[in-house]
Amino acid sequence: MYRILLLSGLLIGIVQFAGAQIEGFDDSAVDERYRDLIHTIRCMKCQNQSIAESPVDQASDLRRQVRELMLDGRSDGEIRTYLADRYGDFINYRPPLKPTTWLLWGAPALLLIGGGVVFVRILRDRLQQPLDEDIG
Amino acid sequence: MIPELGHFALVLAIFLALYQAILPLAGAAWGRNDWMILARPAATAQFIFVAIAYVALTRAFLLDDFSLLYVAQNSNSELPVGYKFAAVWGGHEGSLLLWCLMLATWTLAVAWGSRGQPLAFSSRVIGVLGIVSVGVLLFTLLTSNPFDRLLPAAVDGVDLNPLLQDPAMVAHPPMLYIGYVGMAVPFAFAVAALLTGRLDRDWARWTRPWTIGAWVFLTGGIALGSWWAYYELGWGGWWFWDPVENASFMPWLMGTALIHSLAVTERRGIFKSWTVLLAIAAFSLSLLGTFLVRSGVLISVHAFASDPTRGLFILMLLLLISGGALVLYAFRASNLEAEGGFRLVSRETFLLANNLLLVIATFLILIGTLYPLFHDAMGAGNLSVGEPFFNAVFLIPMLPLAVLLGLGMHTVWQKMEPGALFARLRWIGAAALIAAIVYPLIVFGSTSVLTVIGVGAGIWVTLSSLIEPISRWFNSRAVRLTRAQWGMFLAHLGVGLFIVGASVTSAFNIETDRAVRIGDRWEVAGFEIEFRGMRTEEGPNYVAEVGEFDLRSNGELVASLRPEKRIYRVQTNPMTEARMDIGLFRDVFIALGEPLGDGAWSVRVQYKPMISFLWIGCIVMAFGGLLAATDQRYRRTVRQRVEPRTKVGVTAEQGSH
Amino acid sequence: MSRYAIPVIILLVLGGFFLRGLGLNPTYIESPLIGKPAPEFSLPDLIDPSANVSTSDLVGQFTLLNVWGTWCPECRNEHDFLLSLARSGMPIYGLNWKDERDKALEWLEVLGDPYVASAADVIGDVAIDFGVYGAPETFLIGPDLTVLQKHISPLTPEVWETRFVPLIEEHSGKR
Repeated sequence: MYRILLLSGLLIGIVQFAGAQIEGFDDSAVDERYRDLIHTIRCMKCQNQSIAESPVDQASDLRRQVRELMLDGRSDGEIRTYLADRYGDFINYRPPLKPTTWLLWGAPALLLIGGGVVFVRILRDRLQQPLDEDIG
Repeated sequence: MIPELGHFALVLAIFLALYQAILPLAGAAWGRNDWMILARPAATAQFIFVAIAYVALTRAFLLDDFSLLYVAQNSNSELPVGYKFAAVWGGHEGSLLLWCLMLATWTLAVAWGSRGQPLAFSSRVIGVLGIVSVGVLLFTLLTSNPFDRLLPAAVDGVDLNPLLQDPAMVAHPPMLYIGYVGMAVPFAFAVAALLTGRLDRDWARWTRPWTIGAWVFLTGGIALGSWWAYYELGWGGWWFWDPVENASFMPWLMGTALIHSLAVTERRGIFKSWTVLLAIAAFSLSLLGTFLVRSGVLISVHAFASDPTRGLFILMLLLLISGGALVLYAFRASNLEAEGGFRLVSRETFLLANNLLLVIATFLILIGTLYPLFHDAMGAGNLSVGEPFFNAVFLIPMLPLAVLLGLGMHTVWQKMEPGALFARLRWIGAAALIAAIVYPLIVFGSTSVLTVIGVGAGIWVTLSSLIEPISRWFNSRAVRLTRAQWGMFLAHLGVGLFIVGASVTSAFNIETDRAVRIGDRWEVAGFEIEFRGMRTEEGPNYVAEVGEFDLRSNGELVASLRPEKRIYRVQTNPMTEARMDIGLFRDVFIALGEPLGDGAWSVRVQYKPMISFLWIGCIVMAFGGLLAATDQRYRRTVRQRVEPRTKVGVTAEQGSH
Repeated sequence: MSRYAIPVIILLVLGGFFLRGLGLNPTYIESPLIGKPAPEFSLPDLIDPSANVSTSDLVGQFTLLNVWGTWCPECRNEHDFLLSLARSGMPIYGLNWKDERDKALEWLEVLGDPYVASAADVIGDVAIDFGVYGAPETFLIGPDLTVLQKHISPLTPEVWETRFVPLIEEHSGKR
């Protein structure tokens, strides 16, 4: 019985992403900035959706808040900080750059360098080995 | 009664899998032929009993047997019959049984297709598959039994999740599972080679078609899921970097690297430890994916009901199976090294770079997916890693790879004059660059550096894949391409088309939302939309509000679209059914939002240029793989043992593949 | 140690993290407000809209700020416990979140009013300042207006005893 309830609860949560109303801006450049923001701010109640996609009330409250902050002249970074101050880093799909995320943001560079080293090593090795005579 | 038989069949299957695991492996270790030949019959018997269990569960769904807890949780008497079939894998327990069935099926196929292989080797392959089977079957039986009874029986079920009541959603899990689980086959081949202590070009030739086969299904499964998300979820997105999506993408990336590494091993007998490691990694990532979906360790829209006990079991399975294989690798891999030189400009160099870039991409996705867990476990709090990270970071290895792809296809083995390569491809390179700069400006009126790079890479790969087939088409005296070569060009063509589609649609798609009333007309991306009316319709297990919209271009009617808002009777939550006008070069996408009261509705209209190229690209890719997997050199049953660096001359292999 | 052992080491390290992860709950989000001063607010009182409920009302004592609404079924579950807490002397302020005044008043009348006062946050801006995303939520606020704790989901005797009371005792000594 409990499992049915649990599952139904989860399913209701999942099914919730029926279309939501999004209020945009008339200026297309500003609108694009708005959409970028709402697509990368997380809906706190949902199972991994942005506030753009979520039909939940709280999501539309936050969208309205983003809109107001934009009208107030705040930059993207300021808006993200504003929300993170209240909800924690969890609310931003774009992880902030701070000491605990250096490993994350530094990973591409580290891996490329590591990969490059491996590549050069293997290549140097193989460059010195003889070729097969018979393959054309 | 029948469900109990199904349950019993599952228990028997475990014993048979144990047989299948222990006897052949012991037989191979101790040279006991009489044990080794039991591998094939054991695998066949295991398959039969897993199939019996699966059929028993399906029967319960078709007959609306709500005395089974799992049936009551995932079905309903009004559910259309087709979806009752699909509901079998709609929840955790049943999908796990499907996993077992897929594994048993692959094992059966491998067992019967292994006639050309030495007994000691094929027994080990089947034995390893048996170990995996035991693990997954035990997991199913002990923690996720689909045959648990519900007493007293429910009057009716809570219905299948409406999101799953859709044809694409029906095909997506089985396809994905066939692919996921299929990666166990190269894994088994790799472990068997480590156990045997020998890995030669024959081994690569045996392993490759199975790998490509699994890869084809994985490609199809992922593409289906993406396509479904696009048309079903109502806001036109097609990839979200959700942990579970990533969990299916990583085995795909490793599978791709594996296919290419196998090419080198098959041809030159080198890169052997690479290939073995990739084979182990691909399946390990499949298992990891299973863990992530079912353990509750990460938050995801796809996650089944999370349960830490189940999570623990799968984790142990993962550590035992992958860990065991990697320990074996740590000890035995150094024995595999072989001599084989090549020069800077050679196909081997490009394939080496290919391997490395794909591994880097996989690692990046893995790090991003697991970082929230890592961050929390270190006590640093909650974190989200989403699109902004993945989109940026994924391109870093992938764009160079696309460039190298175009070059590598035309490079010969061992050594090539750089001048020759340049001469071959310079016009295409120039054409791609010019097209990339000009096309966005002309068609869309704007561009950016990233757009040019993306579109350029896509066109480059597309053209590069086409020159060979086209030039041979027109030159009747040229040597014909083998099926495998066709497969390669087609698969790479698919990649090129995909990149073009992804770049254009990401850069130039338009999303709009408006509050409209019946009779309103408005313009989106050069199309005129008219809201004609609303109707109510009854479906088999739902009630729908249907909106009628006319789409016009230059005054001419292009399409009438009827997006719906459905309320399923049992689960009573609203579901959006978007509708699209599909075209080769653009989709126009309409979805109903919320009723705003007073006859007004919020309506979402999106313009998605070149999005069809995503799906076409995937289909072409998969088809290319199919051709490559069925090349006749894999269907030879004559056994040949060819050591590396001996005279090749045995086959009629031509030129480049 | 040979480089071939690197993959298995990576796997073991990952395995360790997963093991740890199974004991964590990723849906439990910590509030960044803990340890910081409570956000300033001033809202009309639910019962008497001409009067205000503001942060200054909370100074000088340990208080609970409870976010509730009549549309929230879980809030009903904790209501009786809140009443008993209020009766035992704990000051509880309510933040009536995105609710209709008539329904809210009726709710308090029928079920009882555990709140010293309820602030009516109809638009939801104050809730956002507090990082509220799912009622019921309860904040423990110290005499100097520092947010000491936040609990999401109904407040139970167990949560009260294990997570709130120790903090009150700890911070009482610092007066």
